[in-house]
Amino acid sequence: MESMEKTKKGSRHGFGDKVFKIIAVGMAAFIILIMSGLLLELFEGSKLSLKKFGLSFLTSSEWNPVTENFGALSSIYGTLVSTIIAMLIAVPLSLLISLFLVELAPPFISKPAGAAIELLAAVPSIIYGMWGLFIFAPFMSDHVQPFLTEKFGFIPLFQGPPIGIGMLSAGIILALMILPFISSVMRDVFKMVPPVLKESAYGMGSTTWEVTKKVTIRYGIKGLIGACFLGLGRAIGETMAVTFVIGNKHSISLSLFDPGNTIASTLANEFAEASEPLYLSSLIHLGLVLFFMTLVVQVCAQLWLKSVNKKMGGGL
Amino acid sequence: MNPKPATKRKIVDKTVKMVSGLGALIGIFFLIWILYIVIQRGASSINWDFFTKLPVPPGVTGGGISNAIVGTFLMTLLASLVGIPIGLLAGVYLSEFGRYDRFGELVRFAANALMGIPSIIIGLFVYALIVLPMRHFSGWAGAAALAIIMIPVVARTTEDMLSLVPNSLREAVLALGAPRWKMTLGVIFRAAKTGLITGALLAIARVSGETAPLLFTSLNNVYWTKSLNEPTGNLTVTIFNFAMSPYEDWNRTAWGASLLITFAVLFLTLVARIIFREVKQR
Repeated sequence: MESMEKTKKGSRHGFGDKVFKIIAVGMAAFIILIMSGLLLELFEGSKLSLKKFGLSFLTSSEWNPVTENFGALSSIYGTLVSTIIAMLIAVPLSLLISLFLVELAPPFISKPAGAAIELLAAVPSIIYGMWGLFIFAPFMSDHVQPFLTEKFGFIPLFQGPPIGIGMLSAGIILALMILPFISSVMRDVFKMVPPVLKESAYGMGSTTWEVTKKVTIRYGIKGLIGACFLGLGRAIGETMAVTFVIGNKHSISLSLFDPGNTIASTLANEFAEASEPLYLSSLIHLGLVLFFMTLVVQVCAQLWLKSVNKKMGGGL
Repeated sequence: MNPKPATKRKIVDKTVKMVSGLGALIGIFFLIWILYIVIQRGASSINWDFFTKLPVPPGVTGGGISNAIVGTFLMTLLASLVGIPIGLLAGVYLSEFGRYDRFGELVRFAANALMGIPSIIIGLFVYALIVLPMRHFSGWAGAAALAIIMIPVVARTTEDMLSLVPNSLREAVLALGAPRWKMTLGVIFRAAKTGLITGALLAIARVSGETAPLLFTSLNNVYWTKSLNEPTGNLTVTIFNFAMSPYEDWNRTAWGASLLITFAVLFLTLVARIIFREVKQR
């Protein structure tokens, strides 16, 4: 009797567990379903545009809803330029901030300072947009841009009317937004460097900077690069803040003061007005391009960090 | 020993230290600048009417954004009710069943990729999936977009939090004869409780400030919505529309809404962090 009860109970457990596992697997599969559904719907939605423009969509800078001629080049260009500006500012700044927080500052400074930097990530994107449009862009046009033109006006990048709204302002705001993400990973990387390595360098009489340059950064270089990938992925798809300050003009201009657009800002601005099927389809096509851009960055970042983790034996 | 290079090295070292401190100051400076502006510009719009009245046309004094507050709250609530359980269970799979297998690897990869997809693309997806077939914008679609953003975030934090629970605890429960589901939901979840709450709160904080996925899903509405089956007013899209308008009254309302949403999100984030710090200390 006793043994029968046991098997009965065992099978009941088995049933509950089976249901539990099936539900868990189902929800996990749901994530894959969303991902593939996303890809499918984007392809489906951009079919019209894909058929009409094909690959020339990527190389044409024309964007004319009246004649229904669409090309993504100016949006792609704007996405890349604003992202590059953001990375050029955010990467060195994050490096300095993590260096300060991990190696230099005493705990009673580094804790609140670190928390404040991370709070930059919690401020909603649209608030950066509001601040950018009403406060930062006028500040740029009154103070920063005239100064840049005066000092570096011989470079075409800094020529043109200082209207505040444009590529440069968008890039700087993007930099602020990705700063917390990059610096938080960089801090983890710095913390993973074995103390004995640093201590032996200090023991040789090195200064803090020399230890950082020759030991910490060299040891963690792969992790630091991975951090940059993560920031890059964020910057490419950022929408609202950029939409407020970039000016939303379909044009390619060498000057960073000129208004431009990004893929995300074009979508945010024009999607609601797009009534013609081809217009709508071209916008979804733009979305598809953005999807692949971020996906490539994501995949690279993941593979990269994975190989780093394996080598360093730590959890990033 | 030659003292000269040593002083030079020390000067370089001092400079780097100062510059890096300056870098941290820059970051903090911008945070304070943004928060200061939001408070300074938004505080004057906050009054009783702001929370209880509907938006008014430009030029008319008074009015509020009660419908947008309720809309954002409802859509976030609905998204959480759907997104958090799905994310939790997917996280359970990743941690308890698929920690090392192929399928788990694939799910983890998809979740990471989905987290990196710009939120505006999620909006496009839901537009094509729900809005187009239904032929109108709706609060349901907005909530769906927010839920999709939450799922991978909750799944990955759940996995991380459950992985922190030591295996000996699992073995102990199973050795007592408890089934696996009871072990996971009753013991492992309880052990990881604060971590899971933190993850859920952070996910809620993240979506409640989102604008881009709502632009083509819930759209906006200046009236009370009778059901989520119609375009639903919400704080963030209201900010976008009002800030882009040329009317000063509307701009002022947008700042008020900015103040509200910023502090709601910061509050949620801080609560989540404080809860989590307590766990870590224990």
